[in-house]
Amino acid sequence: MTPDPRSVAGKRLEIAERTQILVVGAGPAGIAAARHAHQGGAQVMLVDEHPVPFETMGESVPQIWGGRMGGRVRNRNAMTERMLEARPDLVELFDLGVDIRLGTACWGLFANQPNLGWMPGLVAGLMDEEQGSHLVGFDQAVVATGRRDMGLAFPGWDLPGVLGAGAALMLARLYDALDSRHAVMLGSTPEALLAALDLIDAGVTIAAVVEQAEAAAAPEDLVARIRAAGVEIVTGEAPRGVTSDADGVTGLMLRNRTIPCDSVLLGVGAVPMIDLLQAAGARCTFDNDRGGFVPVLKAGGETSLAGIRAAGDCAGIWPAKSADPALAEAEGRLAAGAALAALGLAEAPVGDAPQPGPAADLGAYRKAWVRASVVEAVADMPVCQCEEVTAREILDVSPPRYLNAPHLPNLTRSLTEILGEGPPDPDQIKRLTRAGMGPCQGRRCREQIQALLALQEDLSLGVVPLAGYRSPVRPLSLAAAATPEDPAIAAAWDSWFGMPRQWVPFWDVEDHYTVAALATQKEHVSE
Amino acid sequence: MNNPIPGIPSGDDNRGASVIVIGGGVTGLSTAFWLAEAGVDVLVLERGIVGWEASGRNGGGCSHHHSPLFAEEQRLWPMMDELLGYPTEFRPNRIRIALSPEQFTLYGRAAANARKQGFRVDDLDAQAVRDLVPLAGDNIHAGHYYHFGGHANPHRTVQAYAWALRDRGGRVRQHVTVTGFRRQGGRVTAVETDRGVISCDHLVIAAGPQTGRLAAMLEVAIPMRAARAEMIVTEPLPLMPLGGIDGNGLYGRQTLRGNLAYGGGPHEWVETEEQSGGPRPSTPLSGSIARRVAELLPKAAHARVIRSWSGIIENTPDGRPVMDRPAPWQNLTVATLSGVGFGLSPASGRALMQLVMQGRCDFADLSSLRLGRFDRLEPDWDALQGWLPAGMATA
Repeated sequence: MTPDPRSVAGKRLEIAERTQILVVGAGPAGIAAARHAHQGGAQVMLVDEHPVPFETMGESVPQIWGGRMGGRVRNRNAMTERMLEARPDLVELFDLGVDIRLGTACWGLFANQPNLGWMPGLVAGLMDEEQGSHLVGFDQAVVATGRRDMGLAFPGWDLPGVLGAGAALMLARLYDALDSRHAVMLGSTPEALLAALDLIDAGVTIAAVVEQAEAAAAPEDLVARIRAAGVEIVTGEAPRGVTSDADGVTGLMLRNRTIPCDSVLLGVGAVPMIDLLQAAGARCTFDNDRGGFVPVLKAGGETSLAGIRAAGDCAGIWPAKSADPALAEAEGRLAAGAALAALGLAEAPVGDAPQPGPAADLGAYRKAWVRASVVEAVADMPVCQCEEVTAREILDVSPPRYLNAPHLPNLTRSLTEILGEGPPDPDQIKRLTRAGMGPCQGRRCREQIQALLALQEDLSLGVVPLAGYRSPVRPLSLAAAATPEDPAIAAAWDSWFGMPRQWVPFWDVEDHYTVAALATQKEHVSE
Repeated sequence: MNNPIPGIPSGDDNRGASVIVIGGGVTGLSTAFWLAEAGVDVLVLERGIVGWEASGRNGGGCSHHHSPLFAEEQRLWPMMDELLGYPTEFRPNRIRIALSPEQFTLYGRAAANARKQGFRVDDLDAQAVRDLVPLAGDNIHAGHYYHFGGHANPHRTVQAYAWALRDRGGRVRQHVTVTGFRRQGGRVTAVETDRGVISCDHLVIAAGPQTGRLAAMLEVAIPMRAARAEMIVTEPLPLMPLGGIDGNGLYGRQTLRGNLAYGGGPHEWVETEEQSGGPRPSTPLSGSIARRVAELLPKAAHARVIRSWSGIIENTPDGRPVMDRPAPWQNLTVATLSGVGFGLSPASGRALMQLVMQGRCDFADLSSLRLGRFDRLEPDWDALQGWLPAGMATA
């Protein structure tokens, strides 16, 4: 068979470089994986997007920075040096000769799978400021992209000074550039309280922990440590708004009082950062004990995509793991060991990955926060900041305001009536309301929208499907996205399939179509 | 009854309908809309969510000058918002930009076809294009201004059909998979699904890549192969006076929100899957599309790509639709738009409504879309055309 010349058959991907084991993310799991893989004799490339360029941080990449990254973040060299200070393990890996790329974002992983089979193997898209975007081929990957914070809307949450709890900790610990001295923590999960303790350790005053429920969500010992640090825990309250000046937040308003602060930290949910894996096509599922949607993993941390593994927080977040990096490191070593075995460089690793214990009802907790903060808000505010979509507009499935469309009759209908049978799908909501469709790629609104839809239809949180991630999972300019290209792609390019008869005018086509009749040329008319 | 999908109310409503349409894509929904508009009791069965596949993720173009449905497509689009009662984001007209004399010749043939049918196309020199397209650059050879066609928002339009048909008493059932058919003599009497048996007086199969497989269950052979194609979209940019801008080997538009949404280039032949959905990841081909968007609109080269996606579309051997009432069935209508269904949907749905109700279309000559044109087709046509999926080609 001569393959269709306009198809991908026979086209080459321009792979700029190759490695045996690609590790994405230089946190505890990623560093442990890279070290183990290197020691096992594999060629290893370790990439980490930090330090992220200042301008890119403005798009909440990859965290909700809330404008509280200090000006020194603009100095990339200083930030790289700072990163190495903060992670001495990385210096050790450099000294061992591991290929480490800092300030390098992995914006896509690509794997052949059903409906997709033309690539030469596993491929990653990388981007850094110096080299631009290029493709790297690899045999095995350990994805250790960590976590991010669940966004939570309240009036004023789009002002500078509202940032993720984990983002604040990262700015303080990794960048040494947190532009906040006096913070209020929203949420009392173990992850939030651990972050609060670490921030106190870094010199930040935690003015209060605010919890919508009547009691803190974290276990008693953690709560005791917080109280011992002199932090007030305010229960039964949710943010009603903020006070602010030109620099952003100056206080958090509750029902009957305002707590002075220069930042409000979103600590209601620590979310596994699965964007790269899910966009690649790895099967993901909602796991209450692992912090939300996580990749479905087999032995050796392998996702449903052969050769692509997950370790660390992106594989699941639970209290014991949040408290002790040794668990993430163990996952990293296991995944790297399995990768080495797959390469024939080692025996399959023995031992099981750390497992979470049963957790509190995470879905109920997140829904309760969204009810208290978003649904019961006293003023309209965007849930999706990029596209300025409110909770009301999401639940009414309103067309975007720029259409100036008359109000839909949807206002009086339930979501099931509006959208049809089945749980409401955030991707359908996205396409109709634009919520989650903006430049931050849904990093700030995704989990809130899931909770809103679950609340509206009285469903358990995990029943509402995940809003899909798409590559590039980091924003990439058109100019930068234009990776080098096989000349054969340009030679055969057509806007649509390039079939010889598809666009021939209807008055000029043969009565009967046969392949043999194609020998009679007709003018090619591209769509 | 056992209810496998959480969130779906139990107690299925398996009431039959005069017409059952299999496929909640743009063709099936438009057909059902026109049937409901005509007062017919219609039910759409969709295995996933309406408009989820290619119908909701295409370029949104509405300019199909080669089709017998072209005139009706052009007549209907400007009135669709009012007709449906929901916004489609339709905007008329298009500028096609050529960056080389070769592209200008190629696009000129399309312009000639439109002119021949009485539509106005202006030739534009490079400066005229730049005056009309603020994001264009110095690399322009020339362009065409189509005083017809245009673009709409695919998912919004698909949903508008679904809402409008329901407003007229039609029904749409999602997450229902068709497993077989019941028949009596020359008639299909009911559709068997994973949620029960539903009776009908007439059946329409308009199920995209599944159309061939479903029709085969009724011994009707519709030759087709599925392929995957990719698109990208950027962050919003300031609106250009006209959003319908393409060329340089791309199809697409600037959306009314300001995003640049474009596709083009190599496709991949794939197996037709029986299972619904799938993550539909894209590939690094997005870089090749980005390169050409940056060439088409150089002043947008800084704009950031924030999504890419792929879609699966079916193709008949000649790439042209099939819209027919196949023998020997007395009450069966089949439709595939062969990968180019969105823009034609207002007209194709109306034509299919007429095929169902009166056996013929009174506003367009559908003879070039009849199934019988493949009667003499080589049995191994797909291999001859190189359309086999990579795995099959090497097997």
